[in-house]
Amino acid sequence: MFDIDLWREIFQSINKNRTRSLLSGFTVAFAILLFTILFGLANGLNNTFSKAFVDDAANALYIRSGRTTKANKGLQAGRRIQFKNQDYDYIKSDFDPSIEFITSRVYRNVLANYKNEKNSYSVRAVHPDNKYVEKTKVTHGRYINQRDMKMANKVIIIGDLVREDLFLSEDPIGKYLNLSGIMYKVVGTYIDDGGDDEERLIHMPLSTAQQLYGNNDYVDQINLTYNPQYNYDQAIDFSVALEKKLKERFTVAKNDQRAIRVFNMAMQNKGINQMTSVLGILILIIGMGTLIAGVVGISNIMIFIVKERTKEIGIRKALGASPKAIIAIILVESVVVTTIAGYVGLLVGVGVLEWAGPSLKSYFITDPSVSRSLVIAATITLIAAGTIAGYIPAKKASKIKPIVALRDD
Amino acid sequence: MLKIQKLHKSYPIGDSSLHVLKGIDLFVDKGEMVAIMGSSGSGKSTLLNIIGMLDEADEGDYILDDVPIKNLTEKKAAVYRNKFLGFIFQSFNLINYKNALENVALPLYYQGLKRKKRQEKAKFHLQKVGLLDWATHLPSELSGGQKQRVAIARALASEPKLLLADEPTGALDTTTSYDIMAFLQQLNDEGKTILIVTHERDIAAMCKRIVRLKDGVITEDNLVKQVRATVDV
Repeated sequence: MFDIDLWREIFQSINKNRTRSLLSGFTVAFAILLFTILFGLANGLNNTFSKAFVDDAANALYIRSGRTTKANKGLQAGRRIQFKNQDYDYIKSDFDPSIEFITSRVYRNVLANYKNEKNSYSVRAVHPDNKYVEKTKVTHGRYINQRDMKMANKVIIIGDLVREDLFLSEDPIGKYLNLSGIMYKVVGTYIDDGGDDEERLIHMPLSTAQQLYGNNDYVDQINLTYNPQYNYDQAIDFSVALEKKLKERFTVAKNDQRAIRVFNMAMQNKGINQMTSVLGILILIIGMGTLIAGVVGISNIMIFIVKERTKEIGIRKALGASPKAIIAIILVESVVVTTIAGYVGLLVGVGVLEWAGPSLKSYFITDPSVSRSLVIAATITLIAAGTIAGYIPAKKASKIKPIVALRDD
Repeated sequence: MLKIQKLHKSYPIGDSSLHVLKGIDLFVDKGEMVAIMGSSGSGKSTLLNIIGMLDEADEGDYILDDVPIKNLTEKKAAVYRNKFLGFIFQSFNLINYKNALENVALPLYYQGLKRKKRQEKAKFHLQKVGLLDWATHLPSELSGGQKQRVAIARALASEPKLLLADEPTGALDTTTSYDIMAFLQQLNDEGKTILIVTHERDIAAMCKRIVRLKDGVITEDNLVKQVRATVDV
């Protein structure tokens, strides 16, 4: 089927009629440009949403405590609810099948000091499971382990920004860091998709912090991830049940909103998931619409081209061109123009996204881009579109009677 | 070579129809040079179109080189046109974005010849009309006479059995017209069968036979003594 002469004919025709080819290509290029930009922006919006929650596992759930706002069963309002290790154990054992990972947390602020570098940081004292709940990525060394917990070892793992601030280019592993007067051994460094705030933290074993800062078994917050096989509704049921049980345990009124708070990502995720899928469908409809408009445009112009070339087609037929040969030149020209123009549109679109991407952060659009599979799909669509756009005009051209074409001298 | 019997053709005009050819009988032998004359509306162009397979007759027989031309599909007509016929038009009908050589090579392309062979043949025919030096020029860079020579070269390229010329000198001045006619006479001397539609007496006189058409019938069909076209050198 590959016929070099046919291609020579096509490119000669395109080249000799640049304005015409440019015009017909423009509609398609514009359609694809719009489609690419729209798609990229939607992708960017999606990225923002998912990035906002990548900090923690998607199935994360937080439990925080505060003061009661309502009197209940003889207890006064304003009572402070304090979680302890036994509450952690209770949740862990009573809701076992629902829980994937669980960690308690204690927060402290410390002044860190290494050689000449000094800065204040927050310490997050946790169970080893915290690594999974927070989606922490250990870059060097190791994370807190069970042995650290048991022995209340004075070891810490520091965020990458802490390492940058204090250790500069030095390797921190095995070095000792002074935190408000107590020396800790750095056993690891980590990064976190949560960004700078997350990476400016110091993690240490929960038991160590409880022992050194207060000598109690208080817990500020409990974070967990629920069974990842749960769907949104199951996850929401679980968190409702958990909240109810905890309120009973601490004799808190059922409708007290502040004493015990359970945050469930499932609720947010459900909404976001629905929104992004609706957005995706919307973009697809708009994209298809623009593409169809482009195809109609190119089809229109091809009809005009056939009209304009009527005489030439007549001459060709008089010289012995078969209807098939006539269809081929029009159809292939349409496909070539559509594909090239579409590609130009795609490249310009990608270029625009690359160029404008960084300045769109403030509009909730992160890394707007189109995927490779979309580019391939677009190419196939373009070739198909060119064929469709060219078919009717080509058929029309093949039906031109040479006598009619040659008559109007 | 060419046999036409009881040929009828009419065109619908509104509700009625216009009977253009009313039973034409025409026999042309190999090597003849025939002028078809007639005033406008006499049906001479219609006759040429039917002979050229650009149009089909309603009734009657048309046999070209022992091949009956009837009920042709578009594809078949294209093949026959390519193989049997060479067209020369009043307005040259060159493709304006193709240079002289490419124009001449076009019928060869539709014959399915290889590019190299095409170029070779096209060059040969372009040389025959004396325009090899102009091979890479576009039609817009050629004079009327030169354009018609390119068109003749193109008509000759597929080595047709029959050359059909529709008012080949209609758009040219007298000197150039005679020049073109001299060339056509030369081709005829070499054995080509040529049919020329014209309304100019002097052009017709340069053929060997004159067929006169009037209101769709042949009124006269005479062999004449050929006037040789003299070219001012």
